[in-house]
Amino acid sequence: MTTSVSDDAALVRVRGLKFSHGPRVIYDGVDIDIPRGKVTAVMGPSGTGKTTLLRIIGGQWQPAAGTVEFDGVNVHTLRRKALYELRKRMGMLFQNGALLTDLSVFENVAFPMREHTDLPESMIRDLVLMKLEAVGLRGARDLFPSQLSGGMSRRVGLARAIALDPDLVMFDEPFTGQDPISMGVLMRLIRSLNDALGLTSIVVSHDVEEVLSISDYAYVIASGKVLASGTPDSIRNSDSPYVQQFLRGEPDGPVAFHYKAAAYADDLMNKGKKA
Amino acid sequence: MSIITDMLQGLGRAQFFLLSIIGAIPSALLRPRLLIQQLYTVGVMSLIIIVISGSFVGMVLALQGYRTLVDFGAAESLGVFVAVVIVRELGPVVTALLFAGRAGSALAAEIGLMKATDQLSGMEMMAVDPIKRVIAPRFVAGLIAMPLLSMIFAMMAIGIAGGHAIGVNLLGVDDGAYWSQIHSSLHWEDVRDSLVKSAVFGAAVSWIAVYQGYHAAPTSEGVSRATTSTVVVSSLAILALDFILTAFMFH
Repeated sequence: MTTSVSDDAALVRVRGLKFSHGPRVIYDGVDIDIPRGKVTAVMGPSGTGKTTLLRIIGGQWQPAAGTVEFDGVNVHTLRRKALYELRKRMGMLFQNGALLTDLSVFENVAFPMREHTDLPESMIRDLVLMKLEAVGLRGARDLFPSQLSGGMSRRVGLARAIALDPDLVMFDEPFTGQDPISMGVLMRLIRSLNDALGLTSIVVSHDVEEVLSISDYAYVIASGKVLASGTPDSIRNSDSPYVQQFLRGEPDGPVAFHYKAAAYADDLMNKGKKA
Repeated sequence: MSIITDMLQGLGRAQFFLLSIIGAIPSALLRPRLLIQQLYTVGVMSLIIIVISGSFVGMVLALQGYRTLVDFGAAESLGVFVAVVIVRELGPVVTALLFAGRAGSALAAEIGLMKATDQLSGMEMMAVDPIKRVIAPRFVAGLIAMPLLSMIFAMMAIGIAGGHAIGVNLLGVDDGAYWSQIHSSLHWEDVRDSLVKSAVFGAAVSWIAVYQGYHAAPTSEGVSRATTSTVVVSSLAILALDFILTAFMFH
């Protein structure tokens, strides 16, 4: 696998990352580079810790070993205050939008501006309307999160994630459970906002075709390792049987259909006995 | 064995949590709008249940007290009986129990759901400290609301609709005797102790509620467990603290 990204171009650099949830090893020495100005896809089956990666990059969780650098700064050695300053340069779109349910759409997008800036009300209004216009929801500004569909919530979440014009936007499973139209809208938004605003995007997903079609670079992660990385085309043509099973969605292969168990016949013959 | 270690672990975590809340209180006080919002949901929204319960507790006390006192020809002392029982004990304790059921459970459920829907980690990722923005205002609001609610409870129970309505208007205790005996027997220290008790209960209930909500498992089961344990743990804490405080205030 050739890496087309030079180190200088990486906004986020993960080296030797190890992380476990209790006894379960999530990452066992992983190197990941997120190239600046590009859309990078991180793919893998459910439960491989794709979301965990975003939380580690955001500094919410501490890795057991390894380093995560954001723009040359090691995220996990920062003190709380510096970490919060750094997070103003990151936006994150959670799986369900994570909108504040007691605030309207307008106030949700205004929230980071009100918290972190002293801008006058008229300017906040203009900025919020611009962000909402970018995601096509300017007309929905007075609605509350409970009145939005799943796709609209995510678009508002996206408007909020870009509210402070961050360098990096992280998308956590943006396509899960979306109808084709809403999926198309989100795909176009991720790509066009990334290019128009000069962002760097990380898209975590297991919707393989969709995410490969909008990304410049992709990683496939499973069982704590990076299995493949490269441009979408090189991923598609990967000769790893695991990657091929994942891309084609084959039910059996390197990832077995059956959960680890004793031999079927033995299990049936041992009727009544505790295995 | 594991029950004890679990309990100690939880207690330790809860104390560190309390320390971080206390650290966040100054910045919560700097944003009075958030605080007033929470005072409304925690305090004003609890008013109905406090007012009604206060009236009924006062009425029952007057009926029971009258039956006993009248045998000794001391029916005039009904006011003192009701006032002392309410101000010293029942006011703070019953208010706190109702507060735990009404406001504490709502706090725990709200915070637990905010956690389950990623709103809290969303705030963290927006570089907004949820302890400062969400937890501290709710904690301070509970601390302020409890003594006020307990005083309103006592007012309803002794005067407006409780003991006075039953004792004076129904059973015919002399109005002047009712009030003057309260005036001469109830001391400033009693009111002060009552306020201290309700402030301590308010702190305990709010602490337990925000802790349970903030540390709830992010599932529907976790949120329901958080609300249940808020009410159970709060009630036990209120009764135990009441014993300790009464023992210290006893002369």
